[in-house]
Amino acid sequence: MRHLRLGLMAATVVAAASFQINTVTAGEIVVGLQCDRTGPTQTVGTFLCPGYHDYVKLVNSRGGIGGHTIKVMEIDHEYKVPPGMEAYQRMKKGGAVVVAIYGTPHTQALTPLLHEDKIPGTSPGFGTAAAANGKKYPFLFPIAATYWSQGAAAVQFAKEQLGGVLKGKKIAYIYYDNPAGREPLPILHKLRDMEGFTLKEFAIPPPGVEMKVQVQDIARRFRADFVLNHTFGKAPSVSINEFTRQGYPLNKMIGFVWAAGESNIMGAGGWHKAQGYYVLQMAGAGSKYKVLDDIKALYKSEGKSPPKEMESTVYYNRGLMWAAIALKAVENAVKAKGGSANVTGADVQKGFENISNFSLGGILPPLKVTAEDHEGGGWVQVFQVKGEAFVPISKWMHGYRETVMEMVASH
Amino acid sequence: MFHRESGYFKTTYQSDMALYPLPIGKAAIAGLAILFFIIFPLVLDEYYLTLVNLAAIAVVGALGLNILLGYCGQISIGHAAFMSVGAYTAANFAVHFHFPFWLTIPAGGAVAALIGLFVGLPALRVKGLYLAIATLAAQFIIEWTLNHTPIISGGIQASIEMPRPELFGEVLETQTEMYFFLMPLSVIAILATLNLVRSRIGRVFIAIRDQEIAAEIIGINVYRYKLLAFAVSSFYAGVAGVMATYYYGIANYEAFQLPISIDYLAMCIIGGLGSVLGSVFGAVFITLLPFGVRVFMETVGVYFVDGVYLAQVIAQMRLIIFGGLIIFFLVVEPEGLNKLWQNIRNYFRVWPFSY
Repeated sequence: MRHLRLGLMAATVVAAASFQINTVTAGEIVVGLQCDRTGPTQTVGTFLCPGYHDYVKLVNSRGGIGGHTIKVMEIDHEYKVPPGMEAYQRMKKGGAVVVAIYGTPHTQALTPLLHEDKIPGTSPGFGTAAAANGKKYPFLFPIAATYWSQGAAAVQFAKEQLGGVLKGKKIAYIYYDNPAGREPLPILHKLRDMEGFTLKEFAIPPPGVEMKVQVQDIARRFRADFVLNHTFGKAPSVSINEFTRQGYPLNKMIGFVWAAGESNIMGAGGWHKAQGYYVLQMAGAGSKYKVLDDIKALYKSEGKSPPKEMESTVYYNRGLMWAAIALKAVENAVKAKGGSANVTGADVQKGFENISNFSLGGILPPLKVTAEDHEGGGWVQVFQVKGEAFVPISKWMHGYRETVMEMVASH
Repeated sequence: MFHRESGYFKTTYQSDMALYPLPIGKAAIAGLAILFFIIFPLVLDEYYLTLVNLAAIAVVGALGLNILLGYCGQISIGHAAFMSVGAYTAANFAVHFHFPFWLTIPAGGAVAALIGLFVGLPALRVKGLYLAIATLAAQFIIEWTLNHTPIISGGIQASIEMPRPELFGEVLETQTEMYFFLMPLSVIAILATLNLVRSRIGRVFIAIRDQEIAAEIIGINVYRYKLLAFAVSSFYAGVAGVMATYYYGIANYEAFQLPISIDYLAMCIIGGLGSVLGSVFGAVFITLLPFGVRVFMETVGVYFVDGVYLAQVIAQMRLIIFGGLIIFFLVVEPEGLNKLWQNIRNYFRVWPFSY
């Protein structure tokens, strides 16, 4: 009976706590952030979400937006869809005016809800590529290169690397065998027909830690001239090692945005294992950006050392980018409302569609989001592993933009 | 004191066969019905209805698995895969043939049952852990098939957008409307299971679970009933899948992967094997506990952890507390939450004169 009483007491405490959900106070604007700090892609979320928080902290330390404080409502969903749905409802109840979604299945499940509730959601670098079409998906903002734009940019880069002509060349596409992994296929097929190269697809079954056969095929039998590597989680690390083992040069391979983090390089055994590996980035990698110095200075002024997550620059900077774009949209909305904190999701949606030439000192691409183009241009920047860092080797670029936009419009 | 059986005499067969023979049982059910169908939708905020909706879906799935696992004694690690079969069936029918929900739900269940029959075939030869592996294979085979068959799964993204359910020309969109859509289905599933397990079929299932050879000797066709258990269980899973699809607005196999199957197993084990109420408890426990723990951590954690790391600590502690509570409840009562509830009931049955 003692156990029973203990259990009942614990239950009461939990129940009491769960009814204390914070509500909006005056002069405060709430933004929602869905994270994956505990699920299968925690190598991303653990670094990305602190980036988001730190940027908001920086903005708040400078007086917020038009004098209003920004409050982040972060909820971890373990990369499962039901908790993601619940998290969204909780953010809606909490008065969030913009929600950063995390995960392709979550984006798909939340798209109709965003539309019904008129709350803009961001899906940078994942989700459906067709969502770039702002007319069809008014409340969904990819705001960074979708899988189609990444595929097109990768082919563009391969073309430059292979001497400007792709005709007769052999390109291998190695991908994680799930919907997100297959998403770039339509654009790759289209470009293959346009440019006349041979494209061979190599699927890696989940969980993506065994790809010896596929890599051997690419390196020895197919003898690809260039490899497009679209893998997630642990798979990029494994692929780097596997390609090295088969004697395939890493400077003939480009990783898409989720195969491009420091954690992926560390997983392969460190920088020296990945020399020459090209990656696509949607936000600048490295620590040579002014905004990062500002954040460090902010921590210093508080007498603290900057968070260790900052060392994983790729994902940290991406979190910063997500926050920066969302807050820019909020700022536009606040301005449009004459400085009032009383903005709605619909106002912020308009705010997103008025973002242009916002690059935060080069860490962001020269975004231009319009009512038609919710992708903001589909920009990526190519980086290469050199020494102990990702080194930028191109300007912000996009490839075959007309072709991509044609496909988006016709989808 | 409140729950006492003596003094009520059954004078007709009907009263003897009633689901709740005691007045207190009837009153409790009436009270619950009022609570769930009148008070909850009126009082609860949309956000809390979201939680109840998610739990309602889980209840149907957990009931299905408990029929198979708890009543018939056959293990299945492919339960979520059957849900995805139901989900894609319903989505295809709804999108291509414009089936209303009262047709897609039985259709999704029926197709899942058919596949379940097929997957149940190994159960005729293997038992226990071996059967677990065979059904695990089913989980992966179904996932792979959906992933690679665009005709079924609707193209490269392997997802089909599901139209919202319609009732009398009214599109059910808000959480409250979805609540009134999901909750009755959940109630029907509970009533159906309660009746199934006290029928001839249910008793056969229990006989097979308790001693297969003995069941065969007394004339039960074990093979037939094992397959039936698989079919019934998959039917429930299929229906749960359809409910989830209507609720998410999308059929996507990534929402029904192996971890979800394991979650359902956990619901049955924590709730109590071979008990309908246990399935409900288990489903509610596994669905709502993470949210409860998180809110608790957010409220209490502020006093212990510095701002920046709070989010990280909450995320990790949620998993730790969740795991810890599962162990705690299983140590306190290995037979599940249902047994815990029985203990409470039995205590009050004789209270205050417990000796």
